[in-house]
Amino acid sequence: MYNGSKIIVGLIVFAGIVTFPFIYNLGKVNAKPEPKIDTPVIQQLKEKNCIESKEFMKANHMQLLNKWRDMVVRNGKRVYVNSKGEKYEISLQNTCLKCHSNKKEFCDECHNYMSVKTHCWNCHLESKG
Amino acid sequence: MVMSYESKANRRQFLKILGFSTLSGLGSIPAIWALTPQFAIRNLQSEKRWAMVVDMKKFRTEEDYKKCIDACHTIHNVPDFGNPKDEVKWIWKMPYRNTFPEQEDEYISDGVKQMPFMVLCNHCKNPPCVRVCPTKATFKRIDGIVQMDYHRCIGCRFCMAACPYGSRSFNFREPRPFIKEKNPEYPTRTRGVVEKCNFCEERLSKGLSPACVEACKDNKALIFGDLNDPDSEVRKVLESNYTIRRKPELGTQPGVYYIV
Repeated sequence: MYNGSKIIVGLIVFAGIVTFPFIYNLGKVNAKPEPKIDTPVIQQLKEKNCIESKEFMKANHMQLLNKWRDMVVRNGKRVYVNSKGEKYEISLQNTCLKCHSNKKEFCDECHNYMSVKTHCWNCHLESKG
Repeated sequence: MVMSYESKANRRQFLKILGFSTLSGLGSIPAIWALTPQFAIRNLQSEKRWAMVVDMKKFRTEEDYKKCIDACHTIHNVPDFGNPKDEVKWIWKMPYRNTFPEQEDEYISDGVKQMPFMVLCNHCKNPPCVRVCPTKATFKRIDGIVQMDYHRCIGCRFCMAACPYGSRSFNFREPRPFIKEKNPEYPTRTRGVVEKCNFCEERLSKGLSPACVEACKDNKALIFGDLNDPDSEVRKVLESNYTIRRKPELGTQPGVYYIV
């Protein structure tokens, strides 16, 4: 092998650079996202239920929001009937955010962790609270 | 299951309709109708037709115009950029010669000639903006409201070129810093989308009248209602007054009438 030592040193340096982020972060645990639901409105609720079960909302809130958008904007239907038969006004700003007034600790917590970029807040206003 | 789109026909019905319509020479059109969720809605087209009458005799002072405009622009978070080039407007004042350019009368009263008219989106029966929109971001609702889906708008501005009334504004700049006081119950728009009057469809759904109509209800300068209801106030006003509409020769069939 010509220039064997140089190649081997080069390979070691290369491997070191490539694996550096993994080695550097070894053993460090990234803080798990913990969306907070301790807003004043939620604390006053007797039964702390979202419009659907927690598991459903965790897995499907994005599809639900897309469906809500189409129902209101395209079809003019503003009432959502959940799986229990309860009725809710369809509105991101006036229904979701009424309870979840802490966008930073609630929405952003997971979205930032997963590097999910939403366009919701380009137009929709987050509540002041 | 919580989330499922209601479909009008199941597979069996669909195949039946397809078979019969092919045999009868109609092709697949009836089968496609049967699959379209809006099929039932389309048949209800004549249920409501929202319209407005602008009584220009009631607009006397600057304040009469201002309160209508302010009511609308405040609740809909309409930005004020402070210059006419970037202006965003849902309801605004327009001189007579621009409002009714086809009226060529040279010798009319100075009162009319100098009077600014209260103009807004006409919510046409044949809206040219809807025809040109490449993404169907602008569409006509069954109750006649020409509505925008800002989620879909790509900012191509074809609709602005198509609208003969100048009812549409483009957000050349980020509008948020230019909204004095934001209404937390209504969204803003973002840079790069077109916006316009929505006949306050968010208020109509709650049984309220549009914000501009409510703002000047003490002198009834704006009258709003359903054209398909013979007992509605707009129908009564239209029957008892001579009204004109903007650029009727274009065949757009505007939903905003003017008492001059």
